[in-house]
Amino acid sequence: MELKELYQEIILDHGKNPRNKGVCSNYNFDAQAHNPLCGDKVHIYLNLDKDKKLVDISFEGEGCAISLASASILTEILKGKDLNLTQKISEEILGMIKNKEKITINSLTEDQITTISSLAGVQEFPMRVKCATMVWHTFLSALNKKN
Amino acid sequence: MEVENIKKEFPIFKQKINGKPLVYLDSANSSQKPKSVIDRISSFYETEFSNVGRSVHSLAVKATNRFENTRDRVQKYLNAKHREEIIFTKGATEAINLVASSFGKKFINSGDEILITELEHHSNYVPWHFIRQEKGAKVKFAEVNLNGEVEIDEIKKNITNKTKIIAITHISNVTGAITPIKKIVDIAQEKNIPVLIDGTQGAPHLTLDMQDLGCDFYAISCHKMYGPNGLGILYAKKKWLDLLPPYQGGGGMINEVYKDSISYADTPTKFEAGTMQTAEVVAFSESINFIEKIGMKNISSHENKILEYGLEQLKKNNSINIIGEPKERGSVLCFTIKGIHPHDIATILDDEGVAVRAGHHCCQILHEKLGLPATTRASIGIYNTKEDIDILCKAIDHCKKVFQI
Repeated sequence: MELKELYQEIILDHGKNPRNKGVCSNYNFDAQAHNPLCGDKVHIYLNLDKDKKLVDISFEGEGCAISLASASILTEILKGKDLNLTQKISEEILGMIKNKEKITINSLTEDQITTISSLAGVQEFPMRVKCATMVWHTFLSALNKKN
Repeated sequence: MEVENIKKEFPIFKQKINGKPLVYLDSANSSQKPKSVIDRISSFYETEFSNVGRSVHSLAVKATNRFENTRDRVQKYLNAKHREEIIFTKGATEAINLVASSFGKKFINSGDEILITELEHHSNYVPWHFIRQEKGAKVKFAEVNLNGEVEIDEIKKNITNKTKIIAITHISNVTGAITPIKKIVDIAQEKNIPVLIDGTQGAPHLTLDMQDLGCDFYAISCHKMYGPNGLGILYAKKKWLDLLPPYQGGGGMINEVYKDSISYADTPTKFEAGTMQTAEVVAFSESINFIEKIGMKNISSHENKILEYGLEQLKKNNSINIIGEPKERGSVLCFTIKGIHPHDIATILDDEGVAVRAGHHCCQILHEKLGLPATTRASIGIYNTKEDIDILCKAIDHCKKVFQI
């Protein structure tokens, strides 16, 4: 169990300076979740245009470095992408965090893959897996609400 | 028994956690178990086990005697007037649920008030919420002051002629405040209002005398008293137990059962439905032995010494904010570190072998009042030393290093 695998530079950076924090203007879908075990909260706001493109996304919430970083990374990676792709990315990232599955989507840049991979550090810390996964589940449930 | 070498009595301390010696600062959550308690569970299963209070064979007699012996031990330990005033439960949570349900059904009606405090653990609020919903009663919260304690005047202020019961914690599991329970019981008795004390954090650290205290109900969590998991105790005055309806129905708690009518067993059996935690109850005698060998006064003074040292050391660190400043504090040290979330602190401390708890500690009402989503809690038990506090402080420095603050 390596602590530095969990608290990588990318995680600490996103945790301290989360991107896209707040309520984005003109959001048309949202979803929230709460982890009663630790009190972490997340609320995500999506602006989908008529071509099913995620033109804007933001989040509000409170929680540990891992959960804030995960939310921040989610908004950064998914912003501007088509709905179908955002769903596929989210599912693959959950598979990577929970089951060490590889990311197969080839439209992601190398930098984006590095950023996403930093979330895999929770694998060795079972009590912290939910910190990383909650926001991705929340995003998928926002999409479900839309459908 | 020497307090200095007490860690030796607890087998769990033989192992390393993440390559480091275990520094266990989570006793308010659950205490570790001495070897005598662990051995008693296994010797009971090896040589004396049978179900209790039912069969007539030799093992059943032996097991029943051992089980009832613990009731006698607990009666003496708590200085309860009658042995029938000791009810075994699944935990302090079930003890409070029993009172809320049975007392609530019989004595609480629409518009009546249940007085609790903002310090309460969810287990001393949610059961009363059920009665609020069922009966249309009101749950009133005595407020905490800035030091994280509930003052006696705040209790007085909230008592009305509709107050049917006062349910209050003995020691807060967050601020560590020791509640003036004796004064509260005295005030309540003048007005004929029964008092339930949630003794989950009180019983492991303070000397108890039920006849002197005079409370009507006192809930105990045995696993926080160096005892087996899955066991709690409800102390209740016999007059209440005779009056209250049973909590759960099943085997053992009945007198006669017919198709059109059922009569119940006498107290305490009336409240002990189904097969009880036999080995756990039997082994709890060893927990009392352990506590009595050291002496509760010696336990309290040792823990206070470590607590004071902990407060002193943590206060030296500018980035640490200690939660609550009660005049009387019992064995709990909650804190926050600027810029690091409690969950991250707990994970990094664990990497250094230090076990603490992070979160709202089942006290969401209090955390909302404090304006904090979560805190980190170090709680003290008999086995903790000043060295444990030093290791905690070093581990906190390590947290700051990881987070570059």
